[in-house]
Amino acid sequence: MNRTHRHLIHLCLLSLAPILLAPLALAQESPYFVTYDHYLEEPGNLEVEYFSTFGTQRGAGNFIADWTELEYGATAWWTTEFYLDGQSTFNDSTIFTGFRWENRVRLLKAEHLINPVLYLEYEQISEADKIMKEVEGHDVASDHAVSNAFTRQGLNHELEFKLLLSSTHNGWNFAVNPLAVKNLTGGDPWEFGYAIGASRPLALKASTQRCNLCRENFIAGVEMYGGLGDRYSFGLPDTSHYVAPVIAWNLPSDWTLRLSPGFGLNDNSHGFLLRWGLSREFSGFGERMVRLLGGH
Amino acid sequence: MTRITSIGVAVAFSLLTPVVSFPQQDHTTSLTNSVDVELANAPKKAAGRHNPLETDREAPAAGAKLFAQHCAECHGATAGGGKKGPSLRASEVQQAPPGAIFWLLTNGVVRRGMPVWSKLPDAQRWQLVTYIKSLGTRS
Repeated sequence: MNRTHRHLIHLCLLSLAPILLAPLALAQESPYFVTYDHYLEEPGNLEVEYFSTFGTQRGAGNFIADWTELEYGATAWWTTEFYLDGQSTFNDSTIFTGFRWENRVRLLKAEHLINPVLYLEYEQISEADKIMKEVEGHDVASDHAVSNAFTRQGLNHELEFKLLLSSTHNGWNFAVNPLAVKNLTGGDPWEFGYAIGASRPLALKASTQRCNLCRENFIAGVEMYGGLGDRYSFGLPDTSHYVAPVIAWNLPSDWTLRLSPGFGLNDNSHGFLLRWGLSREFSGFGERMVRLLGGH
Repeated sequence: MTRITSIGVAVAFSLLTPVVSFPQQDHTTSLTNSVDVELANAPKKAAGRHNPLETDREAPAAGAKLFAQHCAECHGATAGGGKKGPSLRASEVQQAPPGAIFWLLTNGVVRRGMPVWSKLPDAQRWQLVTYIKSLGTRS
């Protein structure tokens, strides 16, 4: 083990200490996998999340793509997230595919009919990445039929911008996320895509007892996402699109479980995507970090 | 720089920078002093809204549960105030119209660190208001 690796392990242990010491906080998480609403992480809280997507693939092995998220509420108007991506393709291999650093900034301080949030993300991911956290440009299912040995060689540095527009009324959340992506590595044009979603808790009033199966703990909805071509060929031709019912179960024991079967809407799309995710929120992470680093 | 090192740097940058740059400061005093100002900012129409769950027998208990889950971290387990949030037993809060408290819950005080809570359905925010108003100024 060299010195760099030792430093990295120390950094990880240092980062984990506040998590282990932090009290847990009940999350009220949205059920979406791709769409974002306008709600940010509570300031000082850290959410640790794991997600997995099983996808069917024509002309090659099916795959399971996984990602891990660390989501931190820097302030009430700024949330930052770090992702690690990977995938396993049946009859091929299991590989790490890259990392992402995402930031969401709330543009308006109070609630409005439509609430805009600016989303900025830097990605360093290989072409073998299959998590499909967003679908953009002319992304199609056949892109994922190429072997990992080949696609992992192509490393992309991308900047992604989204405008998250979201509104909550009578318990319903409606969200629309137009997106634009620029690959900094090659001469690729700007690519575009979208995600839209709607969701609602199964019950609007809270019960008096702490319970796992209360209807208010479940939020159900649907999301739809896909590509919109690029700067030179904007529109629907040669793009893929998906629709997916979504459900989140916010447990009083501080875990959130999400599930979503997704269906491709045209021949360019994967036939079926099954996503699930597990997350846990830790409150007061920021304060503990500051204390650990010698602050007040 | 190896890839693993660059990932380590990215993790550290993404998680530690905001922590170091925006330490969770003790806002209790300033928030306590300004809570009446924030409540007074509620538009007249919003402040005048009637609490539909004011006489709901279950609302205080449900509100207490929601408070423990979402609010106690900042405002203290007994709502007496915490490091980040003011006491909700303060007379400024207890004497405020229910509609103003509901409005503050909905909109938060984002610049001072209180998030918006409109992700809780209206009914749950009214349950919280009912619970807060049931506390009185007792310590």
